[in-house]
Amino acid sequence: MSEIRLIVNGVEHVLDVPESRTLAEVLRYDLKLTGTKIGCNEAECGICTVHVDGTPVNSCIYPVFRAEGRRITTIEGLANGSLHPLQREFIAHSAVQCGFCTPGLIMTAAALLEENPDPDEHDIKVALKDTYCRCTGYTSVINAIRSAASVKRGEEPLPPNEPEVSEPLKHISVSEPVQDIEDRVTGRAKYTDDYVFDGMLFGRTLRARYPHARILRIDTSRAKALPGVRAVLTADDVPGENVHGLVYLDWDVLCKDKVRYMGDAVAIVAADTQEIADQAVELIEVDYEPLPVVADPVYARTPDAPLVHEGREAGNLLKHIKVRHGDIDKGFAEADVIIERTYHTPTTEHAFLEPECAIGVPAGYDSEHDKLTVYVGSQIPYQDRNQIARAMGVPDEAVRVKGVLIGGGFGGKEDIAGQIHVAMLANATGKPVKMLYSRSESLLFHPKRHATVIRIKTGAKRDGTLTAVEAELYGDGGAYASLSDKVMTRATTHATGPYHVPNAKIDCYAMYTNNPPSGAFRGFGVTQSAFAVEQNMDLVAEALGIDPVEFRLKNAQRVGVATATGQVLRESVGLIESIEKVNADMRAGDFKWSWRDGGYAYGWGIACAYKNTGLGGGAPDRSDAEVEAFEDGTVEVRTSSADMGQGLIAVLAQIAAEELGLPYKKVRVLLSDTDKTPNGGPTTASRQTFMSGNAVRYAAGSLRALLSKVAAEELDTPPDRLRFEEGLIRENGHSIGFDQVVRLAKGQGLATKILHEYYGPKTQPLGTGGDMHFAFSYATQAALVSVELSTGVVRVHRIISATDIGRAINPLLVQGQIEGGIVMAMGNCLSESYIVEEGVPWTRYLARYKMPSIKHTPEIKSYLVEHRSSDGPYGAKGVGEIPSINTSPAICNAIYNAVGVRVYSIPVDQDALYRAMQRGDREVFTAWHDVK
Amino acid sequence: MKLWEKYHLARTADEALALLSNYSGEAQIVAGGTDLLIDLQQPEKAHQRPKALIDVTCAADMNTIQLEDGIFTVGAAVTHAAVVKSALLERYATCLVESCGVVGGPQVRNVGTLGGNVAHALPAGDGTTSLVALDAQALVGWGDGRREWLPITALFKGAGVSALDSHRDLLIAFRFNACKAGEGCAFKRIMRPQGVALPILGCAVWIALESDNETIRDARICLAPVSQTPTRAADTEAALRGQPANAETIERAVAVAHKTLHPRTSKYRATGEYRREMIGTLLRGALPRAFERAATGQAKAEGVGA
Repeated sequence: MSEIRLIVNGVEHVLDVPESRTLAEVLRYDLKLTGTKIGCNEAECGICTVHVDGTPVNSCIYPVFRAEGRRITTIEGLANGSLHPLQREFIAHSAVQCGFCTPGLIMTAAALLEENPDPDEHDIKVALKDTYCRCTGYTSVINAIRSAASVKRGEEPLPPNEPEVSEPLKHISVSEPVQDIEDRVTGRAKYTDDYVFDGMLFGRTLRARYPHARILRIDTSRAKALPGVRAVLTADDVPGENVHGLVYLDWDVLCKDKVRYMGDAVAIVAADTQEIADQAVELIEVDYEPLPVVADPVYARTPDAPLVHEGREAGNLLKHIKVRHGDIDKGFAEADVIIERTYHTPTTEHAFLEPECAIGVPAGYDSEHDKLTVYVGSQIPYQDRNQIARAMGVPDEAVRVKGVLIGGGFGGKEDIAGQIHVAMLANATGKPVKMLYSRSESLLFHPKRHATVIRIKTGAKRDGTLTAVEAELYGDGGAYASLSDKVMTRATTHATGPYHVPNAKIDCYAMYTNNPPSGAFRGFGVTQSAFAVEQNMDLVAEALGIDPVEFRLKNAQRVGVATATGQVLRESVGLIESIEKVNADMRAGDFKWSWRDGGYAYGWGIACAYKNTGLGGGAPDRSDAEVEAFEDGTVEVRTSSADMGQGLIAVLAQIAAEELGLPYKKVRVLLSDTDKTPNGGPTTASRQTFMSGNAVRYAAGSLRALLSKVAAEELDTPPDRLRFEEGLIRENGHSIGFDQVVRLAKGQGLATKILHEYYGPKTQPLGTGGDMHFAFSYATQAALVSVELSTGVVRVHRIISATDIGRAINPLLVQGQIEGGIVMAMGNCLSESYIVEEGVPWTRYLARYKMPSIKHTPEIKSYLVEHRSSDGPYGAKGVGEIPSINTSPAICNAIYNAVGVRVYSIPVDQDALYRAMQRGDREVFTAWHDVK
Repeated sequence: MKLWEKYHLARTADEALALLSNYSGEAQIVAGGTDLLIDLQQPEKAHQRPKALIDVTCAADMNTIQLEDGIFTVGAAVTHAAVVKSALLERYATCLVESCGVVGGPQVRNVGTLGGNVAHALPAGDGTTSLVALDAQALVGWGDGRREWLPITALFKGAGVSALDSHRDLLIAFRFNACKAGEGCAFKRIMRPQGVALPILGCAVWIALESDNETIRDARICLAPVSQTPTRAADTEAALRGQPANAETIERAVAVAHKTLHPRTSKYRATGEYRREMIGTLLRGALPRAFERAATGQAKAEGVGA
C-alpha cells in the first residue's frame, strides 16, 4: 500500500492503495464512484473513459500511480448543479438503452466538445470510434451529441428524430422517457458489480483445461490452505441436484466426472479479496484424461463421433425438428426454376458490455435478507430462482432473486452464469459473495448464437409463384442444450421466409458438440435461416428474370394464407406495406440496382423477415403483473419481467397511465424481484410488450373498474359515465382526485392492488397445425453498400427499413430497437465471428471479436408499419428481434448486385471477396476463419 | 489480479535506467501500457509478471518533439496523439502523422507512445513502419550504462522480439531527417474488419525528387508485414530511383514488389495472396501522394482517426 493524491471531480483525495491498482479500480472500489464502468480491461471497448487533466483515457488500463496529483473527471463530476447538455440530450434523443456504456460515450463526447464546439458527423465518428455501444446502433448517439453541441454553443437543441405513428393516444404511441433514465446518464444507475455488502467475499471459478476430458482427480487442499480463502467447493459440495438447464436439465453446476467444453466449471472459490480468489483457483489441481473432441455439428451426427453426453439414446442429436407441409414432390414438379445452395453462418457472441456478475447473500445476513438472496442482472428471474433452489436442495420460496439493472442481454443473460455458484459460496461461508466474470471468462463461458450449415432448395413457376421449399439445417448446439431446441425450432419453422409456400419439407438437426453452448441470441435462429432464404429468393428472381421486389410482393404472406406450419394468418400481416414503403424510398429519384463510381462498386439489396411474438408452439405463455394505487395518487406496477435497455419500464408505465388516466410520472415500475414482483415470464421471444403489457393493461383495467365504483358513488353517477383524465375522475363538470378515490376505497376496506394473470392466446405444437404463434412481426430492409474494387472492403451506406410492429407504444424506443438491431446485424454480416478451434476458443479477448463501432453506422431510415394485432395491448406485437433478421441477407444481396459475387458464408470476407472478383468467380464460400 | 507490485514514475531517462538497474531485471519499463498491461493479464504470462513497473510517460527528456538543423528528435514517450497534433511533423514527416493517426481510437492514442510501438517489435507496427521509411535512428540506453544511436531496423530481432530487454534497457528517442524541398512521404494501410485488431498490410514511402521535380532521386519504402521484422523493400526502391515520378513507374515498381516480396498467410488476418495484391493497392495509393508532396512542398495528413 502506498499513498497517492488525486483530484477527482474537483475534490482532493489522499488514498493508501496498492500500487498495482488501475485508475478504474480506484475510482470504482476505493472511491465508490461506480459510474465508471469496466467492460473489457483491455482498452478495447472504451466505456471506462474518464478525463485525466482533460484528456480522455481508458481508465481500465491506466495505472493509478501515473495519475499522481492529476485532475480526474468522471461521469459523476460532469453535471455541474444541473445536467450537462450531453446528459440532457442523450435522454431527449433516446440515446440511452441499457446505460452501461453511456458514461463512457458521454465522457468521450464531452472531451470532443471541449475541443470542437461544432463537430460534424465525421468528427463524432473519429472521436467515438473506440467507445462501444451494443444497444443503440449509434444513430441516436450522433444526434444527441450534435444537439448537445448546439446547446453548448447557446443555440437550440435539435429535435429528436421521431418516427411517424398513427392514432396516438394520451400516453400510447408517445415517446415517454424511461423513469430512471437520469440515473443512467449521471452514473448513479447501479448494476450488479456496483453493489457492495459489508464483509463481502469475492468468488472465482476454475474452468476446464480441455474441451472434452474425463476428470480423474481434483485436489483443492493447496487452495484451501491459502490464507484468505474462505471456501473451495466442487461437485461433491452441491447441496441439491448438480444440474441446471432452461429446457433440458443437462448442465452440471460443477463438473464431477467429465468436462464438455472449455467454459465448464470445475471448482469455485470464495476469498477475502479478488486477488486471493484468483490465486487460489490457480492452486487447485485437476488431473484429466483428454477425450476426442466433437468440433462441428455435421461430424457430430456421424456414427464415429464420440458422445458429448454418454447414455443418451439419440447420441449427439439434441433434437431433430421437422416441418412437413403440402406435397414436396408435387411442389418441385410444378417448378420451372429450382435453386439449391448451401449457406454457412458462424458462432457469434452477444458482447453485452456488462460482463456477468452475481452476488449471493446468505439467509439471515440482515433484516433485508431473511432468505438466501441472489442479486443478478437476469432476463429470467423466476427460472433463475428455480434453478438455484434445485441445486441448493431447497424449495423455490426459500430463495429470492433480486434483479438489478442489466448492462445488455440480447438473449445472452437467460442461462445460469454465476447465480448458483454465489448461492453455494454464500451458504458455505455465511457471507455475501460476489462473482464478477472477466471479459475473457464471459467470452469463454456463456451460450452463443448457433453456427449453422443450411442447405436450401427453392422452386418457383415461371410467373414467379413459389411452389416449394426444401431445407436441411445443422445447428451447433455446443456442449449443453440451453435453448437449442427452441432456437433451432424457430430457425426451422421460419425457413420458408415470410412467404406463401404451399409445399415445404424442412429438417433441422440441433447437435451436441464440445464447443461453447449455443442459446438465445436476438433473432433466435431466424437470423440464420433468413440469411439462406433471402439470398435464395434473389437467386430465384434472377433466374426467372423478375425484379426481386416484385417477386417478394407476389409471394408475400398476407391475411388468409397459411404458413408452412399450417397456421392460417387472420390479421396483422403488414409485410406488403413494409415492402412497398421500403421500395418507394429506395426507388425515389434516379434508382439503379448497381453502378460504379471512382473505384467503388455500389449496389442495393433487399430482404424481408418475419418473427413470432411470444413463446408459441403450445407452450403456455403467461405473464403476471400487479398494479397498486396509493393514497398519494401514485401507482406502482410490478412484474418480474426484465428491462435490459429495451425500455420495458416505460412501456408498462405508459400502459398503466393510459388505463388509469394518470400523469405518466405518477406511475412507478418495479421489476425483477421474485419476492416483490409476480412472474412476468422470460424476457425473450420479443414477448414482453405483448405479454407483460397485456397483464398490466388488464390489471390496471380492473383497478379502474374498482375505483370507478367508489368514485361513482361519491359523484352520484353511473360508473360507465366516468372519465379518468390527468389524475382526476370526471363526470360532466364534477370531478374527484384519483388520490381521493384511492383513500375512499381504502377507507371502505377495499384493496387497491390488483394482480392479473395474463395468458397469451393458445398456441399449437409444431406438427399439429393451427396457430403455432399468436402474432408475427414483419420487416423489409434495403441496404446500399459499396465494395472498394482495389481492396474488397465492404461499406454499408444506407439502410431503409419498414417494420410492422402492430403499434409503437413508445416510438423512440421502438426506433432504438430497430436502429440497434440493424447495426448489431451488420456485425453479424460483416465482422463478427466467434472462432473455436477443435473446441478451444480463439476469441478469448474482445480485441479478437470485432463488432460494429460508431464509424460503421450507416444512414438509417426506419418506417413503422402498424397493422394492429387484436390481442396485443393497443394492437402492439414484438419488436426486439425482427430488426436483426434481414440485414445480413440484404447486405449480401447488395454485394451481389454491386460486384456479381454471391456470398455464401458470413462474416463477409473482404480477402476472399477481392480474390473472387479478381478471378471472376461468382461465388464465395470461404469465411475468413476457413483461411488456413 | 495483481499484475505488478511497485510502480515508479521516472522523471528522466537516467532515473528510469537507474531504477531498472536497482531491480536487476525484476522491473520492466511501461509507457502507455496499452499493449503491456493487456499482455500481463494473460494467464500464460503469469510467471513473467514483473515486480515493478517503471513508468516513463512523465520523463521530461523523453517527451519532446524537436526540429533542429533539419533533424527531428522525437522522445520515445511522445504519445501518438502528440505526434498527430504536431504541425511540424505533419509538414515535414507526414507519413509518421498518418501512421500514428490510425492507431487505435483517441483514448489509446492519448496514452500509447511511439516508443512503445517500436519496443513491441511487431512486424507491422504503424508508427514503426513510417520510422523505417524515414530511415530513423533510435537512441538506446543500455543496462550497462552505454548510450548509443542505432539504425531503427537494428532493434528488431524477430516477430515481437526486440534487441532491447525492457527489464534492463530503455528506448529514449528517435531522430530522422525532416523532409526537405523535393522530398515527401506518405503512409497507408489496410485493416481487416474481422478478427484481431492488427493491420493486414501497412505501407510507408519516402520520396526525393531531382531538382526537375519530375525524376525520382531516391526512395525508401517499408511494407509490413512482409517478413518477421519491419524491413525496407530494397528492390522496389531501386525500381523507382532515376525514373520519372508517374503512373508507369509505379506500375513497374509494383511488378518488382510482387516479384520480390512474399508476404505470408497469417491465420485470421489475411492470405498471402491477398496481401500480395494489397502491396499493389497500397503503393498505388501512397506513392502518388508522396510524389505530390515532394513536388509541391505541401503536405496535409490524410486519414487521421479513420
